[in-house]
Amino acid sequence: MRSDTIAAISTAVANSGIGIVRISGDQALSVVDRIYRSKDGKKKISEQPSHTIHYGFIQDGDEMVDEVLVTVMRAPKSYTAEDVVEINCHGGSYSVRRVLDTAIRSGARPAEPGEFTKRAFLNGRIDLSQAEAVIDVIHAKNEFALKSSVSQLKGSVREKIVQHRKLILEQLAFVEAALDDPEHISLDGYAEALKQKVKQLLEQLQELIDSSDNGRILKEGIQTVILGKPNAGKSSLLNALLQEDRAIVTEVAGTTRDVLEETLSLNGILLNLVDTAGIRITEDVVEKIGVERAKEKAEQADLVIYVVDASTEIDANDREVMNVLAEKKVIVLLNKSDLIPVTTTEMIKEVIGKSVPVLTVSAKEQTGLDLLEGQIRKMFYDGKITFNDEIYITNARQKAALTQAKNSLEKVLTSIENEMPEDFYSIDLMDAYSSLGEIIGESVGEDLINEIFSRFCMGK
Amino acid sequence: MSRLEEYVDVVVVGAGHAGCEAALACARLGMKTIMFTVSVDSIALMPCNPNIGGSSKGHLVREIDALGGEMGKNIDKTFIQSKMLNVSKGPAVHSLRAQADKSDYSRSMRRVLERTENLMIKQMEVAELIVENQVLTGVRTLSGAVYHCKVAILCTGTYLKARCIYGDVSMHTGPNGLQAANYLTDSLVKNGVKMYRFKTGTPARIARKSIDFSKMEEQKGDETIVPFSFTTDPKSIQKEQVSCWLTYTNEKTHEIIRENLDRSPLFSGVIEGTGPRYCPSIEDKVVRFSDKTKHQVFIEPEGIHTDEMYIDGMSSSLPEDVQVRMYHSVPGLENAEIVRNAYAIEYDCIDARQLKLSLEFKAISGLFSAGQFNGSSGYEEAAAQGLIAGINAARKIQGKEAFILDRSEAYIGVLIDDLVTKENLEPYRMMTSRAEYRLLLRQDNADIRLTKKGHEIGLIDDCRYQKLLRKEKEIEQEISRVEKTYIGTRGEIQDFLKSHGSIGLKSSATLAELIRRPELSYEILAEIDPGRPVLSKEVTDQVNILIKYDGYLQRQMRQVEQFRKLEKKEIPETIDYDDVPSLRIEARQKLKLYQPSSIGQASRIAGVSPADISVLLVYIEKERQRKRHE
Repeated sequence: MRSDTIAAISTAVANSGIGIVRISGDQALSVVDRIYRSKDGKKKISEQPSHTIHYGFIQDGDEMVDEVLVTVMRAPKSYTAEDVVEINCHGGSYSVRRVLDTAIRSGARPAEPGEFTKRAFLNGRIDLSQAEAVIDVIHAKNEFALKSSVSQLKGSVREKIVQHRKLILEQLAFVEAALDDPEHISLDGYAEALKQKVKQLLEQLQELIDSSDNGRILKEGIQTVILGKPNAGKSSLLNALLQEDRAIVTEVAGTTRDVLEETLSLNGILLNLVDTAGIRITEDVVEKIGVERAKEKAEQADLVIYVVDASTEIDANDREVMNVLAEKKVIVLLNKSDLIPVTTTEMIKEVIGKSVPVLTVSAKEQTGLDLLEGQIRKMFYDGKITFNDEIYITNARQKAALTQAKNSLEKVLTSIENEMPEDFYSIDLMDAYSSLGEIIGESVGEDLINEIFSRFCMGK
Repeated sequence: MSRLEEYVDVVVVGAGHAGCEAALACARLGMKTIMFTVSVDSIALMPCNPNIGGSSKGHLVREIDALGGEMGKNIDKTFIQSKMLNVSKGPAVHSLRAQADKSDYSRSMRRVLERTENLMIKQMEVAELIVENQVLTGVRTLSGAVYHCKVAILCTGTYLKARCIYGDVSMHTGPNGLQAANYLTDSLVKNGVKMYRFKTGTPARIARKSIDFSKMEEQKGDETIVPFSFTTDPKSIQKEQVSCWLTYTNEKTHEIIRENLDRSPLFSGVIEGTGPRYCPSIEDKVVRFSDKTKHQVFIEPEGIHTDEMYIDGMSSSLPEDVQVRMYHSVPGLENAEIVRNAYAIEYDCIDARQLKLSLEFKAISGLFSAGQFNGSSGYEEAAAQGLIAGINAARKIQGKEAFILDRSEAYIGVLIDDLVTKENLEPYRMMTSRAEYRLLLRQDNADIRLTKKGHEIGLIDDCRYQKLLRKEKEIEQEISRVEKTYIGTRGEIQDFLKSHGSIGLKSSATLAELIRRPELSYEILAEIDPGRPVLSKEVTDQVNILIKYDGYLQRQMRQVEQFRKLEKKEIPETIDYDDVPSLRIEARQKLKLYQPSSIGQASRIAGVSPADISVLLVYIEKERQRKRHE
């Protein structure tokens, strides 16, 4: 059962790396009790008076997650008129997310979009005149969450979840069909078969949960596109970036489009690299398409890395693309610095604009890559590259739903092991099915009934 | 020209399973009630299968009984075989099913109606509704008579513009060749009611003497018969039972069907109505499940006063000659003499989303409806709606608020909520998987769930009510006793546990803890429980279930708590969805169409997202505050 205490990151973390995790609800204080440790290890947040601030640490088991300041605001004197605890984190965006994650595992649930504001209003904390604004906030945030939770979901993850759901639904339909029509369908020996399937599913869900910590569930991070003409050295650049001693987070061939996705972490800044198809096709015919693709990709990206072959002259095509990119967050790489340069930094700046950073690198020799890294970090912390924080909480929500599904399936196993009758499996199978559905934005509806009818010949 | 003119409280149109319960409920609650039927000889007719109950339908019958309805009592008087289904499964899906003697069932129900005070039976077709300013004020019969009334309940079953079809034969009759009702649809449409056309079917009836039972498996009833009604003494109904028989279709049957599909009105497009997926015709099964080499066929007696046998599993609308060949291909039916042909029936029904949860039309005050007319299928589903419509019709006249069961209280609640909230494109059948809180909605505790409500309504007498209170108290006391009774670790205890395949005790445990072990139960533990009081089986069954499945029941109750929070948040009837900002277009359209009565109901409408619900919550609160300020 989901607790009614909610948690979310309540400030932007992208730029500063400082953020606040806010927790609200009946259990807010006890949730924080479970994860907070004061310097002397004796202080309990639930025993602290309202409107006080406490220094300490957030612990995940024995591991220290972050050094924090915790603010206690007791009901009704808080934003939501419920017990509220705010945890000020200092360790950068990664640790803010870890703190949120720890809070969720300790009994809070990820807040829905605009839920704090909604509670504030329903509990009478916000003036009537603000009600319209509240509705707009919920609406806007939800539109985004919906977009991010579904569209940001990686194709491969989505596919896995669809498969898992399908398997669960099949099991449910079989049990339910047999219960509705016991004279046609027998459940003899079914428990053992189900047990094996559930065990496998549990393993697969665990894998997904583990990977969600690395941002593999959502396309979390800076959407980065590497563009360049064929032979500009884009692929070797990509390889060089990945070969360096950096965490390669994932390697997935996109399922719907011919796109290769890579996520890599630059000292805690996640780059979501998209290698477009247009670039991998090498025929001349492609040139025109290349420009259009570049435009399209640049539209969607937070950051564009444009690779130019320094050993050749820039042509009309390069100029056209760079003109398009001039408006974007872009870094130009003059690649192949190991060869005799034909095109120089100045020549590039003339085309694309003086303020655009142009770096000289050699993907082959792996030189200048530290410059690229430094440049990206600089742009990120200067706030020149940003992305929406809502993704963090969405990711937390997905992870919570995965964990929920896993817990439900564990209950199915317990039921089987305790020799419970088959109809007791349904309650937890259904919970698992609907939890997984939340991730891909699908509700249960008439799925079960339809599955029963489509697979079983029912009815005396 | 002068016409007959009468004044009553309630008009019930139809005397099937819905009509009977509706009329009885109204009359018993003191309303002057008249029930119209096209044939008095067909009251409580079972035009299709000869049984009552079955998976989840058995639950409905128990609930009807717990609220003071008649169906359970009537089947207890007239059954000829009884079976508890799913006994090897959990208690929540145990379900009672009885074969009825159809003519006895009908006759017995008719006697009950005839002997009920305030209730008149009239053989006449109702042709027109009289509606003034969106308020129903009476009905006009085919003969021109006017019956002024305060409310009317439409329970027209499959009779509206009914058409029976097999092959190229098409007759404009209701089931069993009975007269169809051809005028009421027009009157409904004129009053703005949206109609659907549904279809269902029935198999052939075959003469017993022409069947070779030696080629079939015998299906006997249970040794100990459990009654449907909580008021029936189990001892009084232990009797000799008749058997049903099981046989199978085969490839030859399927071949005959496939070869003649072009002559089936279903596939040729003569039939327009939507049929149920649950109860498919044999040709439907053969087409949709082409990989199956055989289908089960149950041969069931229509009663003890007749030799007609019902061929369960082989309903059809194929032409007569194909039917004969098809039935003859089934082992045991080689020489079958068909008494009545199988046929499909098409009829008019409504889109039930036009109804409130009380089963009153949203747009026509005083007009209620129940049963197949609302797009359901099955006798039990019909009776359940009839009872609720009857209760609410009477309460409307009494000026009381509507009686509504929610999804966590009864299968009846699930049934009605589904009907009026979801789009049903086929005849709706109750199924156990539709009840999300089914661990709590067991057939064994229908009385505990509902009889108090029945008493408040006025359909349960004080004596029955007091009996229930005693039962509840006994259950409570016994649970508390077994939870506090510690069993030591003496040798005989260890031996006892061992003999039941249960591991020994290291330290003392309560009886309750032992009951929770899968291999043990309250009953088994009698031997090591000398202090046990004498209690009825009804009570001890509850004690066992409530202790054994405690963990699951607790979880389900927590789910129900969450559910009720949303159900309790009412949406004012005056809400103008165009005034609610930021609703998505689809949600706005759906909400306007359905006019849900609570946030909970709104959340179940397909196309209304959680964000829309949030927006709605905030809007309603805003309006509430605004009104308070004014």
